[in-house]
Amino acid sequence: MSLRKTRDSYLLVYGTVFIALLLMLVPLPRFLSVLRPSFVALAILYWSTMSPRSGGILVGFLAGLMLDLLQGSLLGEHALAMSLLAYLAVRLHLMTRAKPIFEQGLLVLISLLLYEGLIWAIDGWSGHPLNSWLRWLPCFIGAASWPVVVGLLGRLHSPR
Amino acid sequence: MATVFRRNPRQTSSRDSAPGPRFAFFAAVSIALMLLDQRGGWINDARFYLQTATQPVQSLVNSPRTVFTWIGGLFESRESLRAEIAGLKTRERELSLAQMRFEALEHENAQLRALKAALPPLVSRQQVAEVVSLEMNPLRQRLLVNKGKRDEIFDGQAVLDARGLLGQVSRAGPWSAEIILITDPEHAVPVQLARNGLRSIAVGAGNSGELLLPYLPVNSDVKAGDLLVTSGLGGVFPAGYPVAVVTGIKRDPVMLLAQVRARPLATLERDREVMLVWFDASHPAAPVTRKAAELPQVTLGAPTDRTGEASTDEPAPGAEGEGATDAQGKP
Repeated sequence: MSLRKTRDSYLLVYGTVFIALLLMLVPLPRFLSVLRPSFVALAILYWSTMSPRSGGILVGFLAGLMLDLLQGSLLGEHALAMSLLAYLAVRLHLMTRAKPIFEQGLLVLISLLLYEGLIWAIDGWSGHPLNSWLRWLPCFIGAASWPVVVGLLGRLHSPR
Repeated sequence: MATVFRRNPRQTSSRDSAPGPRFAFFAAVSIALMLLDQRGGWINDARFYLQTATQPVQSLVNSPRTVFTWIGGLFESRESLRAEIAGLKTRERELSLAQMRFEALEHENAQLRALKAALPPLVSRQQVAEVVSLEMNPLRQRLLVNKGKRDEIFDGQAVLDARGLLGQVSRAGPWSAEIILITDPEHAVPVQLARNGLRSIAVGAGNSGELLLPYLPVNSDVKAGDLLVTSGLGGVFPAGYPVAVVTGIKRDPVMLLAQVRARPLATLERDREVMLVWFDASHPAAPVTRKAAELPQVTLGAPTDRTGEASTDEPAPGAEGEGATDAQGKP
């Protein structure tokens, strides 16, 4: 019984992260793609916070690696940043869960900025600096859409 | 007893009680991957095959567009199809007129070059390939197409579309090939101004509508609207294919070099199909292969190299040369 339950939740986690990956790849007009938040990062944050057992660092690492392959960035770049994101969320999950949604959003904003900052640093180190202010915009949009993420993914599973 | 405890999902297992070591492990793996990827080598091949494996994901993402165009095709009206056919017919007539003139010119050219017969056509074979996915970001401008080594595609093959040069094959897999576009920041095309033959190099700017010509002096004769064609140097592209049109020139008297921008003629981001081309190596405009371009080995001190056209008649010019240097070295 319990085994089946965990398997279901694994399926749920990998399924939603995969859908988030697809959303990242859907071609959009330029002005929209600049605004597009990192759906994968949001999904990883959600699952690492609400269900750290089935969603965690491994899921983050794999999702980041897929993102690297599909977007053609330096192999391991998003994998590292996504692992860090998952690690932070798993570490702080008890604290985060107890907070009201507004404070959760603030924590999400900080995590997303950290994530983007790490990617920015790696981009610069590997010789592809992209110093546009626009690259930080999706972090704020992602943090603002945190309640929506919680509402949507929360319907799919009841946090234990 | 302990195993029973571990199976219980409510019991905090070792997995989530120790996220630190797990994170350290995955971070180390990521960093190792990054270092390897930065250095290049075998990991690039691994990456290419993994990317090919993710191709179904790309086609899934592109499927809504495919479905929409298919449905649009179903409801296309008879009138619009007729209009399209009429347009194509007039275009075909124009092209065949131009072709007639072209053939006459070809014969004339052959006579001027004192050749016995007209030259063989430059393009010996072509293969249309469908674009499977495209990457259009400032760091990478690449296409993945659905033809590979099975269709005799090779690394470094020139890729064209109906309007001009598109890029070259950067890696050919068995069933698919990656094409690096001329606008990729890591790509450079040797070009020539069609108007005056001035040679330069066009480097990709990282967006699909722009090429840069960073190596032209401030006082060089370039104007907006100049057509850039391939110069045939470099051994990849044949001479004379249209590449881009110069759009803007900035001449700063302080700088030694002018800043020249150009717009590629090929519609890089809208192409659904591209053309992979094989060139007849015996044609003078064909790209010179690296083997043929290598300079003949000249041994210093061997006097036969100046006059002898083919050194194969000489028994051993190298040995002779060595003897000569020995003789020079002795006294």
